[in-house]
Amino acid sequence: MATETRTTQGAPPPGGVSISLSDPTFRAIVYQILVVGAVVLVGWFLISNTLDNLARRSIATGYDFLGREAAFGIGESMIDYSPKDSYGRAFLVGVLNTLKVSVIGILLATIIGTVIGVARLSSNWLIAKLASTYVEIIRNIPPLLQLFFWYALVSDGLPAVRQALNPIPGVFLSQRGLRVPVLEPHPVWANMGIALLVGIVAAWGVSRWARARQARTGQPFPAGWAGLGLIIGLPILTWIAGGAPMALDMPKLAGFNFSGGASISPEFFAILTGLTLYTAAFIAEVVRSGIKAVNWGQTEAARALGLPSGPTLRLVVLPQALRVIVPPLTSQYLNLMKNSSLALAIGYPDLVSIANTTLNQTGQAIEGVTMIMGTYLVISLSISIFMNWYNKRIALVER
Amino acid sequence: MKSGLLAAAAAAVVITASAAAGAATLDTVKQRGFVQCGVNAGLPGFGNPDSAGNWTGLDVDYCRAVAVAIFNDPNKVKFTPLSAQQRFPAIQSGEVDLLSRNTTATLTRDTSVGLNFAPVTYYDGQGFMVPKKLGVKSAKELNGATVCVQSGTTTELNLADYFRANNMTYNPVVIESNDEVNAAYFAGRCDVLTTDVSGLAGTRAGVAPVPEDHVILPEVISKEPLAPAVRHGDDQWFDIVKWTVFATIQAEEFGINSKNIDEFANSKNPDIQRFLGTSPGMGKALGLDEKWAYNTVKKVGNYGEIFDRNVGPGTPLKLERGLNALWTKGGLMYAQPFR
Repeated sequence: MATETRTTQGAPPPGGVSISLSDPTFRAIVYQILVVGAVVLVGWFLISNTLDNLARRSIATGYDFLGREAAFGIGESMIDYSPKDSYGRAFLVGVLNTLKVSVIGILLATIIGTVIGVARLSSNWLIAKLASTYVEIIRNIPPLLQLFFWYALVSDGLPAVRQALNPIPGVFLSQRGLRVPVLEPHPVWANMGIALLVGIVAAWGVSRWARARQARTGQPFPAGWAGLGLIIGLPILTWIAGGAPMALDMPKLAGFNFSGGASISPEFFAILTGLTLYTAAFIAEVVRSGIKAVNWGQTEAARALGLPSGPTLRLVVLPQALRVIVPPLTSQYLNLMKNSSLALAIGYPDLVSIANTTLNQTGQAIEGVTMIMGTYLVISLSISIFMNWYNKRIALVER
Repeated sequence: MKSGLLAAAAAAVVITASAAAGAATLDTVKQRGFVQCGVNAGLPGFGNPDSAGNWTGLDVDYCRAVAVAIFNDPNKVKFTPLSAQQRFPAIQSGEVDLLSRNTTATLTRDTSVGLNFAPVTYYDGQGFMVPKKLGVKSAKELNGATVCVQSGTTTELNLADYFRANNMTYNPVVIESNDEVNAAYFAGRCDVLTTDVSGLAGTRAGVAPVPEDHVILPEVISKEPLAPAVRHGDDQWFDIVKWTVFATIQAEEFGINSKNIDEFANSKNPDIQRFLGTSPGMGKALGLDEKWAYNTVKKVGNYGEIFDRNVGPGTPLKLERGLNALWTKGGLMYAQPFR
């Protein structure tokens, strides 16, 4: 209480800040300057000391190495890469591999997590118990062990490449992963992509028009079916117009391995499956809590108004549940993306794995680590920004 | 498994935070009472704990040799098992005093990585191991093969160079931990395992379920001079490690070994007198006891003994001396003069 009294007594005279430590405004400014000064000083000390130590041990510094030839091979890449390329390009390969596993993982984990979460609320005893068993087992085992499990399943559980399983003609399953036939390159594929985009835009237009018409006249229009027809129908029409090419690039066993077709490596399979199933268990809980947070009375009221169960879920329950679901869901997305660095253990060339090789070959650990940290920060912040934007969009608009 | 990254991050922190003025390594080691030595976590013949948990191997013996030179006690060593990726951050940051972990001396490592390499303790070269049932006779037949390799090694780079030079393609499976690389190869994930020939021999002898099922191809595609290393900036410490290695080689050249060394106590040969410290000077120059070389050979042995005990024909690795014979016997082992 004494402090409070003194603060009141020392309040500045109206219209000015007194240069005295008993003035709370002045004191606050002084403290802030001191804190900022201390942070800058510590930062300066760390940086100058590091540079000094590195120089004394004559360890190379700087990011010049990014332009030098990497000279190591990378197992899988979404862009052209050979050991002739630079460290910078190798790092980009790693970033893209991380993004690939993160994006696909997030999509799959969301779908699986939602299904499991809803299943846990099912009135069917068996389904609900199966779902809760899944959640309890998966989320209580460390993800690294799960990755080793999935990796061992492929490398120890599947036959050698020459005895590959061949369930469907052209599809081969072995220790080297999954090989599937792909369609030969043809100009029609690009046109089908354009048709798909046109279809999506048209479907969006139709749904807007249908909503406006329903608001005006009360007449519902099956915009969902019409949209689906546009999105699927337009590309198919383009394909037929383009001569309906069907030539397949079939995988063939040549020398040590299959050539041709497309493949999913055991490393990618293991990291994707491990991360997806692990994160899906958490997402299931997030979804369940979100749905539970919506009062049952809401559903009853919707039913009383005569809404069928589909629109009840879509128009009444989900919009309210999403407000609870989205913030914790963001954390799960971030976790999945960051856990992808476990790829190092099973040999999937993600950004950490490649940056690690780089920092080892160049000896520039500090630069390597800052690049890893910077990249994760950028990806994480991007996910956060997007999810926050989405969260604001669906937030309750208070009037 | 993220330990490599952890070590790198730790190194970054240590390099960042360590005080600008570094004390002499020898003083630090003496004060601490033991040498902190970075070794391989599991490479039979070079750095490997035995069933009782004692570290054994050629690299391990050089850690012990340095400990004897300083403390006259081969047990005053603490071993830090390091992966290929952890090793440089560990030595750069001062986490270990000495890196004796089948590390190839190269120009980049000597300069921008900030290491000083002691004399070579094992002249090696990179080779390939394949399952016998593949029927491969030469590395030139490996076009299109899937190759298991440990990350952060010269091996990874030589592999890329070799396939490029021979216009062949390969599919690398790059894993951080040596154990996981071996596991992937033996499970059949890869057609080929590549590392130094000595390492392949060690893996085949110690890890393969049936050693006879695997063959090491005749091609040796690189020079891999394996040497202990210290960090830049402490010449005295570098000298101690360097001359401890030379002492084991010189002893073999003199014909001195751990069993007969006392017979040389009254030798009239002035070279041997200087070496054993009976005529003083060498120890003082290094900042060590005058009997340092005597103690080292007495307690750890000469180079030939160290070689035979760990990797020689009598061990599961069954490696011949080859390039590692003394220069007087057609090899490359050659110590600079003790004077």
